[in-house]
Amino acid sequence: MDITDLRSIATVAALVTFVGIWVWAWSGRHKKDFDEAARLPLEGDEE
Amino acid sequence: MSNNNVETFYDDYVIRKFTVMAVVWGVVGMLVGVIIAAQLAFPALNFDLPWISFGRLRPLHTNAVIFAFGGCALFATSYYVVQRTSQVKLAFPLLARYTFWGYQAVILAAAISLPLGYTQGKEYAELEWPIDLLLLVVWVMYALVFFGTIANRKIKHIYVANWFYGAFIIVVALLHIVNSAAIPSEWFRSYSAYSGVQDAMIQWWYGHNAVGFFLTAAFLGMMYYFVPKQAQRPVYSYRLSIVHFWGLIFTYMWAGSHHLHYTALPDWTQSVGMVLSLILLAPSWGGMINGMMTMSGAWHKLRDDPILRFMIVSLSFYGMSTFEGPMMAIKTVNALSHYTDWTVGHVHSGALGWVGFISMGSLYFLTPRLWGLKQMYSTKAIELHFWLATIGVVLYITAMWISGVTAGLMWRAVNEDGTLTYTFVESVKAMHPFYVIRMIGGLMYVSGMIIMLWNVIKTVQMGQATPARIPAVAAHA
Repeated sequence: MDITDLRSIATVAALVTFVGIWVWAWSGRHKKDFDEAARLPLEGDEE
Repeated sequence: MSNNNVETFYDDYVIRKFTVMAVVWGVVGMLVGVIIAAQLAFPALNFDLPWISFGRLRPLHTNAVIFAFGGCALFATSYYVVQRTSQVKLAFPLLARYTFWGYQAVILAAAISLPLGYTQGKEYAELEWPIDLLLLVVWVMYALVFFGTIANRKIKHIYVANWFYGAFIIVVALLHIVNSAAIPSEWFRSYSAYSGVQDAMIQWWYGHNAVGFFLTAAFLGMMYYFVPKQAQRPVYSYRLSIVHFWGLIFTYMWAGSHHLHYTALPDWTQSVGMVLSLILLAPSWGGMINGMMTMSGAWHKLRDDPILRFMIVSLSFYGMSTFEGPMMAIKTVNALSHYTDWTVGHVHSGALGWVGFISMGSLYFLTPRLWGLKQMYSTKAIELHFWLATIGVVLYITAMWISGVTAGLMWRAVNEDGTLTYTFVESVKAMHPFYVIRMIGGLMYVSGMIIMLWNVIKTVQMGQATPARIPAVAAHA
C-alpha cells in the first residue's frame, strides 16, 4: 500500500462520512430536537 | 441554584468595544479603498510618495476591511451569539479583554508596517513575522474564550451558528500557521518556508480558505443567528443548516487551486480545484435558500425594516457570488476572467454585498441592545445607508464586470496573421471610464458607512451600557 492508496481511502471515507451525516440529518428521527434547537436564538435573552 | 450575582448576567463588556471598532475600522478600510480606486483612475494621486502608493495602500485596504472591520464584527457577534445560545456568560473574561487589545495592536501594527513597505508578499497574509506571532497569541486566547464558553454551556445542543464560528476559529488558526511559516532574517524581514509552485499552492490554499472560513463560514454564523432574530422566526430548515455546514467543511479545502489555473501547478491539481469549486455551489445555495426562506411569511417586514433588508440583500449577494465563483473556476471561463477586473468585481460582490451587508445588519441589531435601547438613534439614517450601499455595490460590480470582460476579450483578440489585435495600453484605456465609475460606487458605499458611524455614536450617547440578564429557566434543547 502506498501513499496514493491512503489518499484514495481518505477521500472515499470523507465522502461516505458526509453522505452519512446527510442521511442522519434527514432521517426524521431528530425532527423534535431540531425544532427545539432552531428556537435557541429566540430564547437566549429577555426582551 | 446560584447565589452568585455575576452569574446571572452576560458579559458584554468587550462586545461593546469590538462593535464600535468594527464600524470605525470599516470607515477607515473603505476610505483607503476609495483612495486606491481613485489612484487607479487618476495615477497622479500617488503623488510619487512611496508610503501612499497603490502597491502599499492596497494591502492596507484589504487587511483593514477583511481583518479589522470584518474581524472586529466577528469577535463582537461570536462573543454575543455563543453566550445567548449557550445561556452562559463568557469563559475567561480577562482573556476576552486581552483579545480586544491584542487584536487592536495587530491592526495598528499592520496600519504602520504596510505603508512603510514591510511585507511577506503573500496576498491577505502580508504581515511580517512578529505581527504574525502576536496574532497567533490573540487567536489562541480567542479559541479559549469561545470554546471555553461552549464547554460551560447550559444548553445541551450546540446551536448551528456556533459550529460555523467554531470552524472559522480552528481553520483560520491552521491557515495562518501553515501559510505564514517563514524563516526570519531580521526584525521585519523573512523568507517563506516553501518555494516555487508549492509556495504558490499553499498561498492559495490559504487565500481561498480565508474566503471560505473567514469571509464565509464565520459570517454564516452571523446569518444563522441574526436573521432569525431580526425576522423573529426560527431558521427555515435546521437539518439543511447541518448539511450546509458539513457540505462547506468537506468541500472548501480543495478548491484553492482554481486561483492557479494555467500556471506551473500540475494540470490535474487545477482540475481538482475546478471540480470541487463547482460542487461548492450546492451547499452554498442550500444555505442561501435556508436564510431566504426564514423570511417566508414575514416578507412584509422588509417594507419598513431596513435592518432586515440589509440581511436579505446580503443573502442575495451570497447567492450571486457563490454562483459566479464556481463559474469563474471553470478553466475555459477562467481563461477569459483571470488577471482582469472581473475577479475584482467578483470579490467585491462577495465582500461589499455579502460580508458587508450581513455585518452592517447584525451591528445595527446589536448596537441598541448593547446600550439598553430598543432601536438605533435614527432608523431613517439606516434607510439612507441601505440605499447608498446598495447603489454603491451595484455600480462597483457592474463597472468591474464590463471592464474585466472588455479587457479579457481585448487581450485574447488576434489578427489573422497571429499578431495581437490590441496593445496592452489600449485595454487600459478601455478600462479607464469604468475605474471612475467604480470609484464613485466605492464613494457611495463608504458614505453609507460614515452615516452608520454617526448613527452608532448617537446611539451610544443616548443609551447606557446595561448588563443583559441570562434567562432564569434555561430552555431545554
